[in-house]
Amino acid sequence: MQNTNYRDNPDILSRQSLNKNASEDISEKIVATILFACALVSVLTTFGIVVIIFQETFSFFQEVSFAQFFLDTKWTPLFADRHFGVWPLINGTLLTTAIAMAVAIPLGLSSAIYLSEYAQPQVAAILRPAVELLAGIPTVVYGYFALLFLTPLLRNLMPLEIFNALSAGLMMGIMITPTVGSISLDAIKAVPRSLREGAYALGITKLETIFKVVLPAALSGIIASIILGISRAVGETMTVLIAAGQQPRLTINFMESVETMTAYMAQISGGDSPRGSLNFKTLYAVGAVLFILTLALNIVSHWVANRFKEKYE
Amino acid sequence: MSTSYQPDDSLDSSAEFTDNVESRETLGKVFEVLFLLGLLIGLFVLALLLFDIFRDGLGRFLSPGFLTETPSRFPDQGGIRPAIISSVLLGSVVILVTVPIGVGAALYLEEYAPKAWWTAIIEINISNLAGVPSIVYGLLGLGVFNYLLGFGPALISGALTLSLLSLPVIIVAAREAIRAVPDSLRNASYGLGVTKWKTISSHVLPYAVPGILTGVIISVSRAIGDAASLIVVGAVGFLTFNPGLFQRFMALPIQIYSYITRPEPGFASAAAATIIALLILILLLNGIAIYIRQRFSIS
Repeated sequence: MQNTNYRDNPDILSRQSLNKNASEDISEKIVATILFACALVSVLTTFGIVVIIFQETFSFFQEVSFAQFFLDTKWTPLFADRHFGVWPLINGTLLTTAIAMAVAIPLGLSSAIYLSEYAQPQVAAILRPAVELLAGIPTVVYGYFALLFLTPLLRNLMPLEIFNALSAGLMMGIMITPTVGSISLDAIKAVPRSLREGAYALGITKLETIFKVVLPAALSGIIASIILGISRAVGETMTVLIAAGQQPRLTINFMESVETMTAYMAQISGGDSPRGSLNFKTLYAVGAVLFILTLALNIVSHWVANRFKEKYE
Repeated sequence: MSTSYQPDDSLDSSAEFTDNVESRETLGKVFEVLFLLGLLIGLFVLALLLFDIFRDGLGRFLSPGFLTETPSRFPDQGGIRPAIISSVLLGSVVILVTVPIGVGAALYLEEYAPKAWWTAIIEINISNLAGVPSIVYGLLGLGVFNYLLGFGPALISGALTLSLLSLPVIIVAAREAIRAVPDSLRNASYGLGVTKWKTISSHVLPYAVPGILTGVIISVSRAIGDAASLIVVGAVGFLTFNPGLFQRFMALPIQIYSYITRPEPGFASAAAATIIALLILILLLNGIAIYIRQRFSIS
């Protein structure tokens, strides 16, 4: 950057004397173009996702009306009596997500508060990566644990179905805890020390400082982390596919089997529906709903993080 | 909080101010324990999960032929060799594809990109891509690699799909690593008349290697553990040969899912044994990363 001034200006220095050969200039340009092409891959990825999903979704809605998709309450595309009401799938996704967030928000926030406000720095340096290990475990493993450990355990306490929203949601919550915890921790750590000291000077206890000073100051980051966690839960596939089952139902009974949007998509993919058939197109119609929902959540999360950020300096 | 100058009834009635410090401090202690408990619950579940998997699967994992044989329809026979080879191949292709493209994109955004509206669009776009669910990447892979490019449900389709899934993570990590390289290094190089690309390739990149590598390993571990996108692309649950790039394929997470869905009881321990294999593979990757990071780190 700095050298371009005199390199591009032959009046200051002779161009020939600086460049050993002219090909160097060309190769610099070629490199810049290649790097730009690399950056463009990400734009093409988004473009590809949007085009492919909406092309097939468009052709889906030529056979099934919007009313059938959004106003019907039954989802039975694989039965003889076909219904295409998407709400049971959305219901399954929201139910498991709500359970997951009921776990992830308290666990994630209390981890973040403990690591930032109470733990010794050396202890926090060990505990933080340990908690983040939870995010590195493949999600199929959480499905295994939910179905074969947690469900049998909980069935001693309540009449759960073998596949149920509760176990899947609980494990998904554990899985998302580091997402909520990490981003909240960064937000809480960014609250300047002077704010805390100001509160202490007024005679407020440590706990009151946390709830009345630190958490409100970090609120934008915390809310962003929660929305991002919801987006993760909505898009999670393997845990709910394995442990929550494949029964599209309009229910808030967490002891029953439900089917999420992602689980349906995995089910129809594994079922070898021929390309171009209506069943195949439902994959994209549901995918479009999922994509729009997660995209909206991600955008809101970024917006909250930037818009309501408290600026100290 | 209320700083009203009006005489307050509640203040009048209570003749003297009590600060209640003791009960407030006790509440503080209670919450400290609660926060710690919240932290420990996560760790406890992690420990329980690992314990449960090793209890269920270690015996099967150590049984002869589990890692080297092809699957069998009987739960206590056969092995997971095709799944292991698939996963190693998938991971290798992901690294070969994403490292050059991801680092290239990061270099462009950090070193070349002008401040313009379309640069901002590329940046917003990358952060949004990082939040797209993996099953949606599956739809993209199915459309582009299976149908448009005609690879069909082959390993290469799955590998390229996983590559697209990994790219945003690598780009974000590489950008952070490149941004952390001090400007004095660049300026010293420019001051000697070195061209921009030579400065980047011989000074900026070597300095950024450890950070870039961390991002690569995190995202490749995620790709190796991902099953959702591969189900959509067309991975199979039962494979009796070692897959090539253009053949039908599976992967360790797909093998695990396939074992879990079998009703016979013995398959649960086969699933747990396969999970052990997958966790070891991910640990191995992280071990290599730590080794290379220490080897290449410039102090």
